[in-house]
Amino acid sequence: MVDAAAPSSAPTASSTRDLVTADGTPLKVALARATRLSKLRAFLLVAPLLLFILVSFIFPIVQMLWRSIDNPEVTDAIPRTAALLEDWNGEDLPSEQVYAALIEEISADGMRQEIGRMGARLNYEDGGFRSLINKTQRGAGEISESPIQYAMIGFDEAWEKQDTWAELDALAESPGFAAAFPATAEKLRAWETGNSPFAEKTPGADVYETLFEELSGSGNSTDIAQVVSLLGGTDNPIADLIQRTAANAAEIKDRPLRFALGGVDKDWNDTATWKVIKAVSPPVTMSYYLNALDRTYDANGNIVMQPEWKQIYVDLFLKTIYVSLGVTLCCIVLAYPIAHLLAILPAKHSNLLLILVLLPFWTSLLVRTTSWIVLLQSQGVVNDVLFFLGIVTDESRLQLIYNMTGTVIAMTHILLPFMVLPLYSVMKTISPSYLRAARSLGANPLVAFVRVYVPQTVPGIGAGSILVFILAIGYYITPALVGGQDGQLISNFIAYHMQRSLNWGMAAALGTVLLAGVLAMYWLYDRLVGIDNMKLG
Amino acid sequence: MAETDTPFVQFIEVQKTYDGELLVVKDLNLDIKAGEFLTMLGPSGSGKTTCLMMLAGFETPTEGKVMLGGKELNNVPPHKRGIGMVFQNYALFPHMTVAENLAFPLEVRKMGKSDITAKVQRALDMVELGAFGARRPAQLSGGQQQRVALARALVFEPDLVLMDEPLGALDKNLREQMQYEIKHIHENFGMTVVYVTHDQTEALTMSDRIAVFNDGKIQQLAAPSVLYEKPENAFVAQFIGENNRLRGTVMDDDGTACTVKVEDFTIKALSVNHNGVGSGSTLSLRPERVTLNPDAGSLPNIFDATVEELIYLGDHIRARVSCCGDDEFIVKIPNAHDQSALDKGEKVLVGWSMEDCRALDA
Repeated sequence: MVDAAAPSSAPTASSTRDLVTADGTPLKVALARATRLSKLRAFLLVAPLLLFILVSFIFPIVQMLWRSIDNPEVTDAIPRTAALLEDWNGEDLPSEQVYAALIEEISADGMRQEIGRMGARLNYEDGGFRSLINKTQRGAGEISESPIQYAMIGFDEAWEKQDTWAELDALAESPGFAAAFPATAEKLRAWETGNSPFAEKTPGADVYETLFEELSGSGNSTDIAQVVSLLGGTDNPIADLIQRTAANAAEIKDRPLRFALGGVDKDWNDTATWKVIKAVSPPVTMSYYLNALDRTYDANGNIVMQPEWKQIYVDLFLKTIYVSLGVTLCCIVLAYPIAHLLAILPAKHSNLLLILVLLPFWTSLLVRTTSWIVLLQSQGVVNDVLFFLGIVTDESRLQLIYNMTGTVIAMTHILLPFMVLPLYSVMKTISPSYLRAARSLGANPLVAFVRVYVPQTVPGIGAGSILVFILAIGYYITPALVGGQDGQLISNFIAYHMQRSLNWGMAAALGTVLLAGVLAMYWLYDRLVGIDNMKLG
Repeated sequence: MAETDTPFVQFIEVQKTYDGELLVVKDLNLDIKAGEFLTMLGPSGSGKTTCLMMLAGFETPTEGKVMLGGKELNNVPPHKRGIGMVFQNYALFPHMTVAENLAFPLEVRKMGKSDITAKVQRALDMVELGAFGARRPAQLSGGQQQRVALARALVFEPDLVLMDEPLGALDKNLREQMQYEIKHIHENFGMTVVYVTHDQTEALTMSDRIAVFNDGKIQQLAAPSVLYEKPENAFVAQFIGENNRLRGTVMDDDGTACTVKVEDFTIKALSVNHNGVGSGSTLSLRPERVTLNPDAGSLPNIFDATVEELIYLGDHIRARVSCCGDDEFIVKIPNAHDQSALDKGEKVLVGWSMEDCRALDA
């Protein structure tokens, strides 16, 4: 093979090598040098636009794509907790270390903003999180000061009640109690209580700690039995409380923070809460996209459908596509005769008509949309005329606005020029002799039109449809103004997430899905009609 | 097409105006025999294309009747006339292949599939494009597109084919070749052809008869040779072929011959279409009918001339001479070996016979 190829390739190789200028520089180098300056100049001319496109188009799109998966809130706010949670098995409550890390991080002074953002982010996953985080943030500082006190309170709220302590305080005077819990009795005696309105309702942390120490001390079951009997047996709730606390003392001592945090909010005792935090911890997430497609992670990280009442986006996407297709179809039907008329009329008349077509472009979008409100509302011009003609009664006035009908009518009107102009520019180039030829060959006017004229306008229909469809699928102002409840499209929800709920990740995900949809349509169009067949003018 | 004596196509007192002020076609009467190749020749705006469009059905006569095969056409829509037509820019449907273009007239006539295929192939073979059926018109050269247009106008076998300057977009060589092809097709198929052109060579090459149009009127309707050799008025004489025109006054006329005074020269001419003794007349004389240095007395008109300019054209030499007060007088000298070379400024004699010099209207 090599031998056979060599003779044939050799002359080509040498002939390319031979191509040099008079002074021996290879021709390609010389050409590059000769055109370098003009290439540079061309690039410099384009550079401002390139820069502008980069800054105003490419960069925002990349930013949007990034935002739709970006998930920094939890790791920014509680990095150590998030790291520790990674090793958590998800079955039992997390280890005491995790609680310690969370309490420390959530109560850190410089992190208030980050904690707030984390609360908002977690709230997207589950409604109660914002208040849980706020509550925990307030409680965490106290917990770290006296974990045992809050662990006891967390074990049973009764430890926070004035009645409990008042009764114990009263008991402190009895020799039986003093014998059983000498240190506590002493502390309680020192504790200023009674009827003074300034008196503390519950004692200081040291009293809690002393009592807990004596409750959990080894070999104290007789002491506890004595106090219980002093309190009148286990029927007394306080006696019961003391008994239970003593029984669980080891556990409380072991994991004071778990009980303390459980005291701040019971949700911390639920593995589901921790699972949500763990799920939201990774720096990138698909959850916005799942949400945008009415899906979500369940507690075990599987992708499941959202509950029925939260499923809105898929229907909305479909509705947006149907409306856009409907508007495109309406535009074709309405624009085709206009464009044809424009194309066949003498220039004098067609120019005037063209101005009428373009007139909407020179009017504010807002004015055009609001004038539709004037026309279509139930006491509006259209309904009044119908009523006057006796077509509708006063009760059966047509609901033409603040619903899907209004959206479609107003959007069709506003997007019509985008269909007329490409169609017109294509039809103008179709010589009337084609129709004449078809007729002379025996085709009646309809057949000639359908078989000879219409196929030649397909590039214009295609161009107009793509323009109208892409504009319609992202339309915002018109549905917002005339759509009412029923006529809202996906872009209105994107705007809602941008402006109201401030869930930019969600807005970005919805926007990206929309972008992907448009690209898919474009691809489909290319397959069916061919982009080369598109003619914008 | 048995009744060759009765006209196949008739224009009867047809008038046409677009704006109600200007007549584009004035009082047109024209009979076209079956199987005839008739050319409508004239400058642009002379009304020839309007006549064709009225025949095809794309324009309606303002007045008068257009008849085809004895039936009035005025209210028959174009697609029911069964007339084939070849358009100036071919009007091949760009979104169909060549074969689909040819099948179109057959399909709208609801012909069977196999019939259509056979006829399309036959028509393509006729114009020697048998292998091009699957191509789009845009993939063909101008000449090939022309043939396809021709084949499409013929494929449904119409008795009448109209051609509206079909060769206008082709270059000279191709145009000449196509002229012969169209002529041969006409001879082979025997259909009636009405052909519109502003190119007199084309008209002379192809036609059985030529109708010369000017100003909405037929100036002369005759066979090519008659038109060339015996033009009936100054317009035709000037429009068809090259022509020397001498303006003068008719001095006397004996019915066949007349004497016309052009400046100080008296010329004997054939009396054709002048407006009587004393009126002005244009004398028409073909350059090739002028003899250089004739023997004295051999021709009735012999005058002195000075060679102003010589143009070498290969097969002949055009000499511009000044003669009878006209310095645009053209003489064609055949490039034969016995011709002695002329020089600019040379004094020569030019002469012509009485029959070749036609006294026409002013």
